[in-house]
Amino acid sequence: MLQVAEKLDSYRVDFERIKRDSADRRPQWIDHIRTAAFGRFVELGFPTTRLEDWKYTNVAPIVKTPFARAGQAQRMLPIEPFTLEEVACAQLVFVNGQYSSDLSSLEKLPEGTIVSSLATVLAGNSASVEAHLAQYASYHDQAFVALNTAFMEDGAFVSIPKDTIVEAPIHLLFISSARLGPADDGGSSAPVSYPRNLVLVGSHSQARIIESYVGLEHDVYFTDVVTEIVGGENAAIDYYKVQRESEEALHVATVQAQLGRSSTFSSHAIDLGGALVRNDLNVALEGEGAECTLNGLYMVTGRQHVDNHTRIDHVQPHCTSRELYKGILDGKSRGVFSGKIVVHKAAQKTDAKQANKNLLLSEDAVIDSKPQLEIFNNDVKCTHGTTIGQHDQEAIFYLRSRGVDLAAARSLLTYAFASELLGRIKVAPVRTRLAALLLTRLGNGSTPEEIL
Amino acid sequence: MLNIKNLHAKVGDKEILRGINLVVKAGEIHAVMGPNGSGKTTLAHLLAGRDSYEVTAGEVIYEGKDLLQMPPEERAREGVFLAFQYPVEIPGVSTSYFLKAAVNATRKHHGLEELDAIDFLNLIKEKMKLVELDQGLLNRPLNEGFSGGEKKRNEIFQMAVLEPKLAILDETDSGLDIDALRIIANGIDALRGPDRAMILITHYQRLLNYVTPDFVHVLSEGRIVKSGGRALALELEAKGYDWIKAEADLAQQTIV
Repeated sequence: MLQVAEKLDSYRVDFERIKRDSADRRPQWIDHIRTAAFGRFVELGFPTTRLEDWKYTNVAPIVKTPFARAGQAQRMLPIEPFTLEEVACAQLVFVNGQYSSDLSSLEKLPEGTIVSSLATVLAGNSASVEAHLAQYASYHDQAFVALNTAFMEDGAFVSIPKDTIVEAPIHLLFISSARLGPADDGGSSAPVSYPRNLVLVGSHSQARIIESYVGLEHDVYFTDVVTEIVGGENAAIDYYKVQRESEEALHVATVQAQLGRSSTFSSHAIDLGGALVRNDLNVALEGEGAECTLNGLYMVTGRQHVDNHTRIDHVQPHCTSRELYKGILDGKSRGVFSGKIVVHKAAQKTDAKQANKNLLLSEDAVIDSKPQLEIFNNDVKCTHGTTIGQHDQEAIFYLRSRGVDLAAARSLLTYAFASELLGRIKVAPVRTRLAALLLTRLGNGSTPEEIL
Repeated sequence: MLNIKNLHAKVGDKEILRGINLVVKAGEIHAVMGPNGSGKTTLAHLLAGRDSYEVTAGEVIYEGKDLLQMPPEERAREGVFLAFQYPVEIPGVSTSYFLKAAVNATRKHHGLEELDAIDFLNLIKEKMKLVELDQGLLNRPLNEGFSGGEKKRNEIFQMAVLEPKLAILDETDSGLDIDALRIIANGIDALRGPDRAMILITHYQRLLNYVTPDFVHVLSEGRIVKSGGRALALELEAKGYDWIKAEADLAQQTIV
């Protein structure tokens, strides 16, 4: 206990410092939220495996590692392979959590749409975010949300007015690397960043948001990110989170989406990187007839640990949710899937389907999968299912009987297993890059176009 | 080409093949008939390299080599082909990619250059005509959503592309309407050749109305209990399998 208390002390010192830093350039309300959030963080402490929601994920590596808020090197970085400039109408690049205007581009935005760094908004027109920021992701009971909220400084602010269709994707690229410099203590700590994103999509509007997390080196750092998404009536949001952090990185992310009447939300959560990864994706279907589709794909190996917790709240009647998460686990990796669907009392005619399918490629890989339904009315259609297995031996034999060797047959079937979810990715360069990455990992020299 | 000697095999504790003897020469077509559970599919899969069977006695010599020692992919590359009774659906892999991988694996094995996209396309276009398959099918995931007839035609199409020396067709005629049966039978007939041998495993004799076999064998309880020519199949059709079984039992008793 004492050790943990000491650990929190270093966060306390850091928090005092951030409070003093440039306090005059911030609105007061943000300091109130931060102080409340930090207080909650201290009370909650880091979650332990005694908590049901953290039963399979031990955050000791985060607790034990000393972190310092990272600085940013003002220089050009080799980010070319990760950008989506050719298709995006706006691309915000963050380096160790801080906005880089040099690397970003905002030229092609439609009229009325705001895409900006949160720090800029807070320093200027903070009234535009006050009604929403930290209003949805709960820092009252989630320690990592509280930590993020206490230290939030920068991130993306996206606001799309009503009746606006933004067809081209808005890309938020978060680059991390220890080499780019932990600012304060000369390198004895690993860098930490607390990106904070707020996405507001007005009524009858449409947007496609892509968050990419990329590590440039093979080093240790910690990303604790919170994204809040609000969709108005009849809004359509296609949301991507592509996590390719360094294999030593610690990554904890919370996405909270609030959806209005007849709106649609689809998400694509891809996890390939990170040593310890935890995603909480919470979707509240708060308007009648709202729909969400949650797609997830995780592919891990070595000693990687990836934990996806999703929660869908059916608050109002006639809402539909579809969820498919697929995992490919090799080496001594460990996966966790927990999918909770809560059907509230008023949510008559709920239609919810959830599936989690896992492919274990090694005997040492482990998956814990836990679907949970909590239903508080009697007029609902809910199904859920989990599969955990190895390759279908019939399929392997079929391929081999045509001359394809065992290793090639396995890699082909692994790719085929993932391709269902890749096929749902509507942004072509995101899809083809991921497909190519998967094939490289599987040692298959083909291109995705050839296979399907 | 193929010499099966006293082959015994079991699954778990159950003995399925109980002493199969069969010699197949290049250019010949052998029909293996028999009631359900007689061991037909086991024999077919065992020859193709399925590892869920344990061979307890006997041997299989293919082109002078010990077939049972070869992994399934090597058998395929050496010219053994199995048309599956139930072709496996593989979502996420297109039929054309699968076939190209198969063709090139065999070419590589024989020291030939891999086919490029254009040569490959020309090859399969020609072969598709044989079983009247629609070209759109090439871009669909392998066997996924195919009708029963399309799956079986796809098997014969693959056989046409891979040009095996020894083709084993496991109930390729089951579950087909007469039009599909005719197409498949014509395809099989067109693939007959002096260098190619075929084993047609079937429950019914109607395929043999279109593809005339050189030999007909009756498999019962894991043994070939009767062999003959084309006429045997017709006799089976007329009388069913029971008389064969009775005859075999009698023969067995006489030996004892």
